[in-house]
Amino acid sequence: MMKLFARNRHTVQRIGFSLITLMAVVTVLPIVGTVIFILFKGGSAVSWEFLTGFPHDGMRAGGILPAIIGTLYLTIGTAIFSVPLGIAAAIYLAEYAKENRLTRLIRLAIINLAGIPSVVYGLFGLGLFVLFLQFGTSILAASLTLSIMTLPVIISTAEESLRSVPQSFRTVSISLGATRWQTIRRIVLKEALPGILTGVILGLERAAGETAPILFTGAAFFLPRLPGSPFDATMALPYHLFVISTQVPEMPIQIQYGTALVLLVFVLTMNVVATVIRSRARARRQW
Amino acid sequence: MVDKIVIENLSLQYSDGTESLRNVSMGIRQNAVTVLFGPAGGGKSTLLRCLNRLNDLTEVKASSGQILIDGENILDPKVDVVALRRKVGMVFARPVPLPMSIRENVIYGLELAGEKRKSKLDEAVERSLKLAAIWDEVKDRLDDPAVALSGGQQQRVCLARVLALQPEIILLDEPTSGLDPISTGKVEAALLELKKEYTVILVPHSVQQAARTADYAAFFLTGELIEYDDGRKMFTAPKQRKTEDYIMGRFG
Repeated sequence: MMKLFARNRHTVQRIGFSLITLMAVVTVLPIVGTVIFILFKGGSAVSWEFLTGFPHDGMRAGGILPAIIGTLYLTIGTAIFSVPLGIAAAIYLAEYAKENRLTRLIRLAIINLAGIPSVVYGLFGLGLFVLFLQFGTSILAASLTLSIMTLPVIISTAEESLRSVPQSFRTVSISLGATRWQTIRRIVLKEALPGILTGVILGLERAAGETAPILFTGAAFFLPRLPGSPFDATMALPYHLFVISTQVPEMPIQIQYGTALVLLVFVLTMNVVATVIRSRARARRQW
Repeated sequence: MVDKIVIENLSLQYSDGTESLRNVSMGIRQNAVTVLFGPAGGGKSTLLRCLNRLNDLTEVKASSGQILIDGENILDPKVDVVALRRKVGMVFARPVPLPMSIRENVIYGLELAGEKRKSKLDEAVERSLKLAAIWDEVKDRLDDPAVALSGGQQQRVCLARVLALQPEIILLDEPTSGLDPISTGKVEAALLELKKEYTVILVPHSVQQAARTADYAAFFLTGELIEYDDGRKMFTAPKQRKTEDYIMGRFG
């Protein structure tokens, strides 16, 4: 009787493990599937001309250069605002702030900021940057809107990696006559940098792929030339994809998937860079 | 001999309600090893951390009394703590090499103090590593990461890092607690050398170490200074019953 029971438990365990393994594999499938599908469908559209040319014939032919450049501009613009602000906020929260009502409020705000739907950011950006501050529908307004959306990601990952630097480093540094700021600059930031960079890239990657926040704030349906200043509107990859998939009749399907492929590669490249930074730093870390 | 440090009626209570020091008064001699010993929670480390104001980093609820170093009350809020910490160096229980090379570790404090001349820095590296009895073991790999050294070597590099600042007082908080007997012997030998130039205050990790190293010894129990005397007298003929019980190993 006992023997039978024991064998039974092993069987249950084996079935359980198989199920868990299966689920793990299932989660990978959509990602791999999406990439393969888009590669298959859009691969034929991607050519040198596609990457460096302007769209023509009502965007049914030609390239997507303005959208690529636009997304690049928006990503850089977002980085300019969100990276210094986000890292500064993280340093304040991790290194200086005492636990009190103000810091709890700030943390609460950051958590909630991360939960806001992106289209709401878009409307907020329209109200504040486009209309009230009169930046117009522009790269500037769109970048600022994307920055607000990106901030929570950057702040929370940066704070996390600052906190993971051992407390003993700070104590020792201060006991050797360093000020708090010298300790942060020379030890803590140096050690936390790879983690911070990873968070920055992941945040910017999300900004690069978003449509809703730029919809009302900076994205253009079609522009015959590249934007010349931060106050110009711009085409952008995610919005262009939305436009050619829904707004243009008789759109060749390869162009749609080709555009999706370019956006995917753009974002995945950033992902790979983040992963490389993280794993190289982990190998080098001395604690 | 002069008292380098005079502690007057020092009391301190942490924010979590634990009382760490109760009305401690003592004078600490220059050019001697003064040992603070007693069971855990007696206030030894707290006292050390008052001497270089490292307790500023901890949540302290209330403190009173004063600590005079060369006649100046260092608990005064107006005191320049950075200058104080350069004058009063500290070695911790666990060696904490900063994540950089051996050389960079040793010159860390000096660079912060504004020393940029390479000749001065090189000189300081050699001098302090020799004083900490580690020079011969690391002189050919000064640019290796300090964390690659063994625990005992790391601790002596940490000592050298303190010495590089040419402090006047050196605080050691159980500096050999994680070390093997041979490394411990090396650190203790370095201490004997150091007291010629510095005022050394040591929290030992055992009564035996206290007895081996103490010129003067202070016995702490639950925040109070029970007995303070010449080291030889303390460990052969303690005056207080509690001290004797602790030294004989009847509690601890």
